Amino acid sequence: MEVELTVNGTGRGADVDPRTALLDLLRDHFGLTGAKRGCERGECGACTVLVDGRPTLSCLTLAVANAGRAVTTIEGLARGDQLHPVQQAFVDHDALQCGFCTPGQILSAVACLAAGRAGSDAEVREWMSGNLCRCAAYPQIVAAVRAVAVGPG
Amino acid sequence: MSRVSRRDFIKVTAAVGGGLLVTINLSACRDKGAPAGAGKPADPSVFVRIDPDNSIVVTIPKSEMGQGVRTSLAMLVAEELDADWSQMKAELATYDPKYGDMGTGGSSSVRQNWVPLRTAGATLRAMLVAAAAKEWGVDPAECTTDNSFVHHTKGDRKLHYGALAAKAAAQPIPAGVRLKPKAEWKLMGKDRVGIDVGPITHGTAQYGLDVKVPGMLYASIERTAVFGGTVKSFDKTAALAVPGVKDVVEIKGVGIGVNVHPGVAVVATNTWAAMKGRKALTIQWEPGPHAGESTEAYLATMRGAVEKKGAETVNTQGDPDGVLGKAGKVLSGVFETPFLSHATMEPMNCTASFTNGAIELWSPTQFPDMATAEVAKALGLKPDKVKVHTTLMGGGFGRRINPDFSVEAALVSKAIGQPVKVVWTREDDLRHDFYRPCSVHRIDASLGADGMPEAWRHRISTPSIDVSYQEKPPEGGWGPNEADGSGNMAYRIPNRSCEYTLLESGVPRGWWRAVSTTHGIFAVESMIDDLAAAAGKDPVEYRLALIDGVWWKQPPDFGEFPFRADRLKGVLQLAAEKAGWGKPLPKGHAMGVSCGYDHLSYAAEVFEVSVVNDRLRIHRVVCAADAGPVVNPNGARSQLEGGITMGLSAALKERITITGGGVAQRNFDSYSLLRINEAPVVIETYFVETDTAPTGFGEPAVPPVAAGLANAIFKATGKRLRTLPLDIKMA
Repeated sequence: MEVELTVNGTGRGADVDPRTALLDLLRDHFGLTGAKRGCERGECGACTVLVDGRPTLSCLTLAVANAGRAVTTIEGLARGDQLHPVQQAFVDHDALQCGFCTPGQILSAVACLAAGRAGSDAEVREWMSGNLCRCAAYPQIVAAVRAVAVGPG
Repeated sequence: MSRVSRRDFIKVTAAVGGGLLVTINLSACRDKGAPAGAGKPADPSVFVRIDPDNSIVVTIPKSEMGQGVRTSLAMLVAEELDADWSQMKAELATYDPKYGDMGTGGSSSVRQNWVPLRTAGATLRAMLVAAAAKEWGVDPAECTTDNSFVHHTKGDRKLHYGALAAKAAAQPIPAGVRLKPKAEWKLMGKDRVGIDVGPITHGTAQYGLDVKVPGMLYASIERTAVFGGTVKSFDKTAALAVPGVKDVVEIKGVGIGVNVHPGVAVVATNTWAAMKGRKALTIQWEPGPHAGESTEAYLATMRGAVEKKGAETVNTQGDPDGVLGKAGKVLSGVFETPFLSHATMEPMNCTASFTNGAIELWSPTQFPDMATAEVAKALGLKPDKVKVHTTLMGGGFGRRINPDFSVEAALVSKAIGQPVKVVWTREDDLRHDFYRPCSVHRIDASLGADGMPEAWRHRISTPSIDVSYQEKPPEGGWGPNEADGSGNMAYRIPNRSCEYTLLESGVPRGWWRAVSTTHGIFAVESMIDDLAAAAGKDPVEYRLALIDGVWWKQPPDFGEFPFRADRLKGVLQLAAEKAGWGKPLPKGHAMGVSCGYDHLSYAAEVFEVSVVNDRLRIHRVVCAADAGPVVNPNGARSQLEGGITMGLSAALKERITITGGGVAQRNFDSYSLLRINEAPVVIETYFVETDTAPTGFGEPAVPPVAAGLANAIFKATGKRLRTLPLDIKMA
C-alpha cells in the first residue's frame, strides 16, 4: 500500500504492508535510524517522534495512519549546523550515557517545552516518565530540559 | 614522576593487553626507520594517529556502551600528548588479536590502559618534539608542547602537530618517556562531556541495531520458551506466505559457554515481515529436562540448603559453629534476591555476512574476542576467517559479554548465504538473557559482651554463573565467585565462615553489573546493620570499628590492588560526613548507610528516606567512591549515579520469575525499570582519590544500594526488609 507523508520537511513515499508501523517505515524504508526500537509496545519511549508537533510512539502507530502528516525525527531537528536548543542542552549537560534512548528523550523534551510543561523539575520528571533510560542519565536530562525552559541568563 | 623505559613499555603493553601493536610498530620503527612518505601520517602506534589536518584519532580497543570509555581512554592519550582536545577523535577497533584483550567488563578499561595509552601519547609527543627541533635546528630540550603545538621557547616559533606528523614518523623511538605526575595534568581530572555526544544527539550515531550492509535481510527467531527445550518439528508454510518473507531456517542450539537457544529463524526483506512470519510459524517443541523448574521450587531448595552446612566451605576463620552453639543469643537473617535481567535499552542484535568461507559481523559486543572464537567454532572456520566489527551499543552491563547473539546471526547468515541482521524483540531480550542469579543467604551471628560481633556464619545458595560457561568448577569450587561480597567481606570478626551450596537450574546465568556483590553485599550490609542495632551502636561507628586490615584469604585476582582498609574507611567517613550523618533530620526522615568494595574500587552510600502511610520517599542519596585518581570526573559521576539508580531499580522493582522452566516476564510492563519520575531527586557523589593507579567506576556504586536503602527503611519504620525487590511502594 502506498503511503505519502512529510518527513523532516521533505515529502516521502513508500509502498508498505498496511500494518507496518511508522517506526519500521522510518528505519527500514527511509533509513532514518535515529528513532529506536526498544520494546514495540510503547513502554520505553525510544521510538518517540513528533507527528504534527505532537510526541508520538512510532512503534504503536501504523505508517498509513500518518499519511499526509508531518513527521519530525531526531535527524530533522537541527537546522543545518544550528542545533535545536534541546539538542544543545543535552550536549551541554551530557544528558546521556549510551545514548540509545536519547533521540526519544530529546523529542519528548521538545514536546514537553512546547506544551509549557517544564515549569519545575517535578513537571519535567512527570512529562518525561514515558522515556526509559537504563543508564539513568536522569539528573542530567532534567537539568537539560530545565535549562532550555529557563533560558539563557 | 614516573619514567617508563622502552623495555618496560613493551613489557607492560604486552602484559596487560591492548597495546601489542604499539610494541611491534615501535620496534619496527626503531630497527628500520619508519618511511616518511610525503603526506603519509605518522603511525608509530596502532592506537594513535595524527592526521595532517591536525585531528588525532585514537583507536579504542574497548567497547563503548555508555560508560564513557572512548572519552576516558582518549583523555589518557591526549593528556600525555598535550593535544588539543577539540581535535581528538575516537575510532572503534575492529577485532584483531594484535590489540590484546579487547574484552570490556569488570570496570577494567582505564585500569588496563592506564600505562599503555599514556605511554603511547608521551612517546608520540617526544617524536613530534624531536621532529620540530630538527626542523628548527635546535635542542629538543628548548621545545615545549601545548594544545597540539610544539613551541620553541627561545623564540616565537611554533608548529602544529599535523604539520609535523610525517616527519615525526621518521624520528627514532625514544628509549624512555616520562609520564606526568597528577600535579601536571591539564586535561585529566577535569570534566569532559562524552566524545560521542555530537553524533548521538544528531541521531547519526550507529548502534548495532542501525547497521545496514548491502543486500541485507532481516531475521526474527522464535526460540524455545523453555530453557533446554529443542525443536521437534515445524511447519513453515504459513510463514513463507507472508509477503516479504524469504526463508525459514532452523537454528540448532549451541551449548555451554555460548547458549544459543534452539529455534526457528524467519528471514525477510524487512523487520516487520520477519516478525509477522515468525508469528505464523507452527513449531512442536521438545520441552527438555528443565520444563518443571520454577522460582517457587528454586526458593524451596535454596531455603533448605542454607538451613544446613553448605556443600562447599568458601572460608573459615576461628570456630563460628562452636561459638554460635554456645551463644546466649543468636541473631539470624535470611535474605532472598531474584534473577535479574540486564534489560539494555537496545535489545540484542547482530548483523552477519557469510561469503566464500569467511564471515564478517557487526556486533554490539563487549567481547569481540570471545565472539570471534565462538563464531569460528560454531561455523567450523579458522578465527582468521571471522571479522568482528564492534558497534556502539545501547547499554551492556555484562549482557553483551556473551557471544550468543553473534553466533546466532552467523548461523543464520551461513544458512541463507546472505547478509542478515538478527533483530531481537524486547520479549526475546527479557526471556533469553543471562540472568543475575537468584540467591538465598542466611547469616547467623552472635555478639560479645562489648556488643561487637563474635561469630558470623554466612550460608549462600545460588545457581552459579560459572556453571553456564564451564563443565567443571573453577579451582576452589563454585562457591568463591558466588560469594564475592560475602566470603571476602571486610569486617573483622574472630569466628567467621562462609559456606556455599549450588542450586541446579536450567536458567542461563551471567554477569550483571557488579555481579555477585549485588546480592552478597545486600545480605552482609543488612545483617551488620541489625547487629549494630542489637548492640545499640551507631551503624557508621560500628562498621568503622570492624574495618581493620586484611586478615581473610585474599582472592587471587587482586594483583597490584590488594584490599585496603583505609580506602573502605575513607569512603565510609566521607559519605557520612557529606550526608550530615548524626545531625538532626527533618521530621519523619531517617538515614541508612552501606558500603563495600567491588572490582577493586570502594563505595559507601547514605540514603535519606521517609515512609509515610507505608509509602517510601527517597529524599537524598550521598555516595563516596574511591577508584584512585579520576580521569574524567563528569564521566565518573555519571557512572556512580547510573550505578545507584540501577541498584535502586533492582532494589525496588526488578524480578525475573521462572514458571514451567521459562521466564514469566514479557516486556517492561512486567519487568519494570525505575523511571525518571521515580529516581531520587538528589544524588550527590564524592571522590576519595587515593594515590594509586586508577581502577574503575562502572560497578562499585551498585552493590551497597539495596542494603543502604533497606537500612534507611529499617531506621524509619523499625521494619527489616530482607527480600528483593523490597516489599514497599513508592510515594
